[in-house]
Amino acid sequence: MSILIDKTTRVICQGFTGKQGTFHSEQAIAYGTNMVGGVTPGKGGQTHLGLPVFDTVKQAVAGAGAEATVIYVPAPFCKDAVLEAIDAGLRLVVCITEGIPTLDMLEVKYVADEAGVRLIGPNCPGIITPGQCKIGIMPGYIHMPGKVGIVSRSGTLTYEAVKQTTDLGMGQSTCIGIGGDPIPGSSFVDCLKLFNEDPATEAILMVGEIGGTAEEEAAEFIRSHVEKPVVAYIAGVTAPKGKRMGHAGAIIAGGKGTAAEKFAALEAAGVATTRSPAEMGVRLREVLSTLDHQHGDVVV
Amino acid sequence: MNLHEYQAKALFAEYGIQVPAYGVVRKPEEVDEVVARLGGDRWVVKAQAHTGGRGKAGGVRIADDVESVRAMATAMLGMRLVTYQTDARGKPVNEVLIESPCDIDRELYLGMVIDRATRRVVIMASQEGGVDIEQVAAQSPEKILRATLHPLVGLQPFQCRDLAFGLGLQGDQIKQFGRILDGLARAFAAEDLGLVEINPLVVTQGGELLVLDAKVNIDDNALYRHPRTRELRDLRQEDPREVEASEWDLSYIALDGNIGCMVNGAGLAMATMDLIKLVGGSPANFLDVGGTATRERVAEAFKIILADSNVKGVLVNIFGGIVRCDIIAEGIIGAVEEVHINVPVVVRLEGTNADIGRELLRKSGLKIIAAEDLTGAAQKIVSIVEETT
Repeated sequence: MSILIDKTTRVICQGFTGKQGTFHSEQAIAYGTNMVGGVTPGKGGQTHLGLPVFDTVKQAVAGAGAEATVIYVPAPFCKDAVLEAIDAGLRLVVCITEGIPTLDMLEVKYVADEAGVRLIGPNCPGIITPGQCKIGIMPGYIHMPGKVGIVSRSGTLTYEAVKQTTDLGMGQSTCIGIGGDPIPGSSFVDCLKLFNEDPATEAILMVGEIGGTAEEEAAEFIRSHVEKPVVAYIAGVTAPKGKRMGHAGAIIAGGKGTAAEKFAALEAAGVATTRSPAEMGVRLREVLSTLDHQHGDVVV
Repeated sequence: MNLHEYQAKALFAEYGIQVPAYGVVRKPEEVDEVVARLGGDRWVVKAQAHTGGRGKAGGVRIADDVESVRAMATAMLGMRLVTYQTDARGKPVNEVLIESPCDIDRELYLGMVIDRATRRVVIMASQEGGVDIEQVAAQSPEKILRATLHPLVGLQPFQCRDLAFGLGLQGDQIKQFGRILDGLARAFAAEDLGLVEINPLVVTQGGELLVLDAKVNIDDNALYRHPRTRELRDLRQEDPREVEASEWDLSYIALDGNIGCMVNGAGLAMATMDLIKLVGGSPANFLDVGGTATRERVAEAFKIILADSNVKGVLVNIFGGIVRCDIIAEGIIGAVEEVHINVPVVVRLEGTNADIGRELLRKSGLKIIAAEDLTGAAQKIVSIVEETT
């Protein structure tokens, strides 16, 4: 088991014949992802990487049975691309592109929620279920099928977390990069909920960053809903106070957003934290072995 | 991207929001003309710089005659304004705004911002306008009134009335307030604003509503579709090193430590800074070289980092991902040869072909120390820098 994607997920790529779309689709196919085609308006009917190209997402659904899409189109066209994917009835939309205007995302997120579509990103590495399905730009080889669900706002820092859990032999059930934009398609809470319900996920590793209140909301959710052990790291303890004008940003954040506040909120919710980005995996192993001992005691 | 007060007021005027009569001078000689055009016998003289707290820092003054206006403008032009929101160097003042004063009855607060938590545009208003609004928000949050804009229907008249009555406005003021909110909401959507703040929004003794100060931030990601707004960017208000970095698509922020950092990815860059601190060192900067750490970009990144004379060593932390580490290592070697680096450089490479990359670094004959793991890399650079200082 895993969350959102597995080896049967039928994936297409929007921006398929572009440089990014081509490179990362090749990687995804090599990884074993069930890619079934791609979309590039005007190139419908052609074959690219051995797969059919469609003019529209609707055609890709009708012609290739697409269920999920990954979007590599340039930022000015992403709003349109996501809305097209939602309209075509895909259930999962992964948007890798960075630099999308926030007001575009505000509208897109509203439409995605209305339609009940799971949107991941933008400005993110994507989602992977190791050994089964890779949708995004992450290096596949650092992953290993296993028991840790990873959710992160960062890109390369996610790879760091992944590699640590692989090196320690724990592996991952599914890894999601939710992206660092002000309005992400999926939040920590969305992903925690899915991991909590996933039988293959035994523990959750959450990698946050300064800014916004997503980690504080996650802490609140963990306290009341999550039964599995959660380990968290927050980047940005040493980051300088953001340069700012005026007060509106500070008022709306309500005294939240610094690394110290996020660590405190998570610890108060019973989350095991680490201050070192090099020790996320080690901390997770500690927590799991403590649990094993406790379980052992119960049995004895 | 931030606007100056005078730019924000011009924008507001375009959207039908009433602002006091004003003029902008860039040289003292321009004062007379502006004063003559405004008329009256008192003028407010305001230094234009991207920061709050200008009043307390002497950046906002009142003059009773033309000579005083000229003297104040002369003193402000070319100065660096230091406020509680700036660093010790302050922000340069290259323009001075001169406007007609008004008789203030009450000072209100009005802000508009994208709330990440609700993923909506939120308008905030308070009777407690003025400089201590953050304290008000922290101590008496009930005094901050809010209206949330629905993505489908936007600002509605009932929300304007709701806030207006909450602010204690009466009669025609309610209509005036509605026009201000309507203008702000239209500007916010049409111009891709990220934040608007009017503090204070004053009620004059004559009962008029007037925008006295204005702060506007525009979403950088949306600038591609606002060529006119892009022209308003004032690079002099930004750190020159950050501006230079942005020309190379590098993201750089100066800090006050002595260990330079070059990392790919913002999250990993922050984490690397945190780790340096955790093992007893002090980071000199945040620098994200982005996804493609090519020789050219790495060389530029080294130049920017080493322009800071506090830097006594550099930690390079690259998680190669799909890009092969041997290629990154060649880029680093080329850059180090090109830039003539005379401080120790510790490089931690991870990802595809990391072993080959480390081997290339070792054999380069340069002052590059290849580290195996993240903690080890941080410890290495911290101890080397400690020994040399």
